[in-house]
Amino acid sequence: MHEFVALDWWNFFFRWCHIASGVMWIGHLWYFNFTQTPTMPKIPAELRPGVAKYILPEALFWFRWGAMFTIIFGLILAWMNGYLLSAIKLGIGDGSTHNTTIGFGMWLGTIMWFNVWFIIWPNQKKNIGITPATPDEIKVAARTAGLASRVNTMLSIPMLYCMTGIHFY
Amino acid sequence: MKNPLDSLAQTIVLGLVLTVVVVLLIHAIA
Repeated sequence: MHEFVALDWWNFFFRWCHIASGVMWIGHLWYFNFTQTPTMPKIPAELRPGVAKYILPEALFWFRWGAMFTIIFGLILAWMNGYLLSAIKLGIGDGSTHNTTIGFGMWLGTIMWFNVWFIIWPNQKKNIGITPATPDEIKVAARTAGLASRVNTMLSIPMLYCMTGIHFY
Repeated sequence: MKNPLDSLAQTIVLGLVLTVVVVLLIHAIA
């Protein structure tokens, strides 16, 4: 009984951490796409470095580490609940709508995590001056990072449906 | 042709369309 209660508590704990990290990640993703990017052209040119040099690097820090901890806690949660492998293969052959749904959510989230760490962040490093780049390279990097960020905004809609929808299946 | 992802509204619409596709796939698989 005590072991069951303890496992139950850790299950809750990792779900709590997974959701908190997810809010940190998707909150910043939506801030970039709903607030910062559409507002930048309206900001007077002399004020723009304030966003690019001070707000953006800080926001990118919480954004990418939010993504990292979301996937780590999510994988722990799926493993603890015994559906990790079934979800990875989208529940095919298992007859479990729950595992198919969470599997789609996990794959969408994993694609988004990959975009953050291997497309958005390397390109933003050029944009904010961590990686040396020519003005032309910075232009291409900013465009690539911006499009990958929009792809993630698009994917976040079905991803959140799958993550929260499991309770209906 | 302009990239639909340049528009936030079109990005959201694409996300909703993708959600319907995913739901259909879930029901087809499970």
